[in-house]
Amino acid sequence: MKYSHANRLGIFICHCGVNISSTVDIETVKKALTGYPGVSLITDHTYTCSNPGQDMIRNKIREEELDSVVIAACSPSLHENTFRKTLEEAGINPYKLEIANIREQCSWVHSDRKVATEKAISIIKAAVSKALLNEPLTPISVPVTRKALVVGGGIAGIQASLNIANSGYKVILVEKEPSIGGKMAQLSETFPTLDCSQCILTHRMVEVERHPNINLMVSSEVTRISGFVGNFEVTIRKKKTYVNAEKCNGCGICIEKCPRKTDSEFDRALSKRKVIYRPFPQAVPNIPVIDGEHCLYLLKGRCGVCRDVCGPGAIEFEQEERFVKEKVGAIVIATGYETFPIENIPEYGGGTIPDVIDGLAFERILSASGPTGGEIRRPSDGKVPKEVAFIQCVCSRDPEKYFSYCSKVCCMYTSKHAMLYKHRVKDGQPYVFYIDIRAGGKGYEEFYQRASEEDEVLYIRGKVSRLYREDGKIVVEGTDTLLQENVAVRVDMVVLATAIRPSQDVSRIAQLLKASVDENGFFTEAHPKLRPVESMTAGVFLAGCAQAPRDIPDTVSGASAAALMVCNLFASEELKHEPTIAGVDEDVCSGCGICIGVCPYEARELDREKRVATVNEVLCEGCGACTAACPSGAAVQRNFTDKQISSMIKAILA
Amino acid sequence: MAGKPKVAFYWCAGCGGCEEAIVDLAEDLLQVANEVDIVFWPVAMDFKKEDVETFKDGEIAVSFINGAIRTEEHNEMSFLLRKKSRLVVAFGSCAHLGGIPGLANLSDREELFLRLYGRQEGIENPDNVVPKTRVERREGIITLPGVNEEVRALNQIIDVDYYIPGCAPPPNLVKDAIKTILSGELPPEGSILAPDKTLCDECPRRESKPEKIFLKEIKRISLVDVPQDRCFLAEGVFCMGPVTRKGCGERCLGANMPCRGCFGPSSYVTDQGSKFLSAVSSILETDDEEEAARLSSTVLDPAGLFYMFSLPSSLGAVFKDRKNPNILKGSF
Repeated sequence: MKYSHANRLGIFICHCGVNISSTVDIETVKKALTGYPGVSLITDHTYTCSNPGQDMIRNKIREEELDSVVIAACSPSLHENTFRKTLEEAGINPYKLEIANIREQCSWVHSDRKVATEKAISIIKAAVSKALLNEPLTPISVPVTRKALVVGGGIAGIQASLNIANSGYKVILVEKEPSIGGKMAQLSETFPTLDCSQCILTHRMVEVERHPNINLMVSSEVTRISGFVGNFEVTIRKKKTYVNAEKCNGCGICIEKCPRKTDSEFDRALSKRKVIYRPFPQAVPNIPVIDGEHCLYLLKGRCGVCRDVCGPGAIEFEQEERFVKEKVGAIVIATGYETFPIENIPEYGGGTIPDVIDGLAFERILSASGPTGGEIRRPSDGKVPKEVAFIQCVCSRDPEKYFSYCSKVCCMYTSKHAMLYKHRVKDGQPYVFYIDIRAGGKGYEEFYQRASEEDEVLYIRGKVSRLYREDGKIVVEGTDTLLQENVAVRVDMVVLATAIRPSQDVSRIAQLLKASVDENGFFTEAHPKLRPVESMTAGVFLAGCAQAPRDIPDTVSGASAAALMVCNLFASEELKHEPTIAGVDEDVCSGCGICIGVCPYEARELDREKRVATVNEVLCEGCGACTAACPSGAAVQRNFTDKQISSMIKAILA
Repeated sequence: MAGKPKVAFYWCAGCGGCEEAIVDLAEDLLQVANEVDIVFWPVAMDFKKEDVETFKDGEIAVSFINGAIRTEEHNEMSFLLRKKSRLVVAFGSCAHLGGIPGLANLSDREELFLRLYGRQEGIENPDNVVPKTRVERREGIITLPGVNEEVRALNQIIDVDYYIPGCAPPPNLVKDAIKTILSGELPPEGSILAPDKTLCDECPRRESKPEKIFLKEIKRISLVDVPQDRCFLAEGVFCMGPVTRKGCGERCLGANMPCRGCFGPSSYVTDQGSKFLSAVSSILETDDEEEAARLSSTVLDPAGLFYMFSLPSSLGAVFKDRKNPNILKGSF
């Protein structure tokens, strides 16, 4: 035989143009590593990742019959997969590759050529020591359950569900409220086209309900998620609604006859609803629910009128909550947003002055199906407000007290509010207090111009410093930073554009999913530019305001993108999972159980019969937590063994 | 070299427990005595160093040496026995890993002398006189072996062929080890003559383990009542069982005490103490750094607890006298 095949390792050093070679002396590195134990070949290339570079690597692997490869180049997060493929194409196991990062960890952070060159040599030696101990590995195949769970039935969840369902896959859409539609159903008209929000939304809601591939579960919450990409198991809690949806025909006589009223959440407490109710007339599904906190029968055992009048006998006071288990392959998080509660903003009269309301409440006032039938009347006395102040950036862009981020939609919806107000109260005067107008978006700038010019909305650039009641009016004081003078306007009503923050469900869902959220509580995407709809957890995708404040067009396109990612996942029957994961040496493991709780992916289990820990290879993400915690040395990280690490340390210290 | 194989026993810095362990063989000891010729055993028989010196190199079949290496006498006797023996067995935790005497390495030698002879309660020693290796008296010159700078395990001074772990090693382990060695079917060189799994594997309390073990509080065994059948770690009491080789017969557990780690780690672990630290810090039930610091601070003597038996052979052990030619391994 021409070669001993014990160790045939080749080193390929990349110049990365001049990124590496300007600081690291490639020739010195090559000389220093010539004859290093186990190394059969050492060569270099200007760009190893280029096609000619990869051709060179493939050819050398074949010519020199290499069995393992060290590529000294950039961070493995950039090109490890590229080069693994190169190795595979050349006929050797892709996991026999080791990347020595001599760019990010060396040439980019040093200017002294001598120091950088020496360091590069050490890094490559360490990589060689590890590479010599790398085992050939095979990716793990995982079956895919081709059914998606969409959490949240706002426009994001609706769009994602429809897209996935229309591609031929099953969808479970879970919504915590009695109806889908979300915040968009509450809006009056939408910027910049002023089309009626419900008119464009409701047919989609109905489509969801009728779609054969969509299993719609309203008044439901996801309570448990286990498993992993392609194979999640979720538990959904169906809350008590006291109405049997199978029997109910939606006639509504129960609502008509119910004797008790309470504040309507949908109308932001500007109107009353019955205790058995549907949130709004176009609710989907068209099944009323009983509000258990206010129902006379449930509280005191009196009344029961709804049950008496219900023809099909759908009222079931004895109904219990139910838990449903489902297997899904992918999850879309579309839990949406809520606005910062105005009660928490006393400085703007929130919660104390009834005519200080938030934007969503004003949407209800504007809405033809709202508490005033679309007439603009203020909450306190029902009078038509002749002057209205709209205050933007309430709690947004306010890092000292509230949130540092921009809520994104407020500039445009405030323009819309002011404009619609002016359309309906011809002699009224809208004022808008703003910091900047952010009108990036198709038709947005034109829309804002139209508000300020055609509709005579008075824009005052400056923050509001004080707000108080005086002689039946609300005085809004601030500084006009353009005129550089203090201003005070006396108005009849104030609309606060309060910050958008993630739905309070987000942290709960994030915990269930072990998905990460940012400092503001929004879900974090895997990459802000290139993987914008993937979460950090494989198989979990993001849509809508659960991820960041955004408007309807952005939400819809993001939701469609998330749906596409789901379909992408479902396109193949099985997934490939990285094999560089943890394992257990059963001859060593004593079943102490320390690793079980340490695993953040629930991939470890104690087999009490065999008295050893086991690893679910598919759940394991190879983070190494168990390997560090294992007190007996039984936990091994494939291709990252203690032996490899100590040989790397020895190589560096030698 | 006709006749029965010659066997030697020797003690270095130990407590006498290892000698006791041999006596604990009871009737089996007589059988051993029948099959071998005990040529040296200071605790039990009247042989002197000179008697050992008369043997040819390698004439003794096996020497069992217990205790840690603390004094020059230990160096000298270990060198001598190594030279005269075909096999050397490190007997017990101190010879194996450094043992409890090894905790002295947390202080330096001079500090120890002062504490012990100068500032000890009940001792009046205003001139801080500490032991000398040589004193002249009317009757003549008295010499004592010097005290090494640090305590060592046996294999840090001579080559060791086999190890019998434990403080002290249990009789059945000693009997099996002697049998194995005398049978001539020798295990791989450097073997520790005990099973290579950790204690949890045969822990009588293992069924009480919860699915996941987390530490909310760290409790001291002297201050809590742990029921006889409960896993100590799950109850918040540090037990070295997960990081300690089994084979001891769980005597401590039987006395309702957690494992202190005398058998040392499995052969897959280099440093018992840091491995335990790594394990328990992984199961502290907090993500908050301050809370983790508070929890950690409730461990009063971490080095003494985690390295009770293995400090000299830990990864972090540094020997000041490592360049002393009299102490270098292999200088015999």
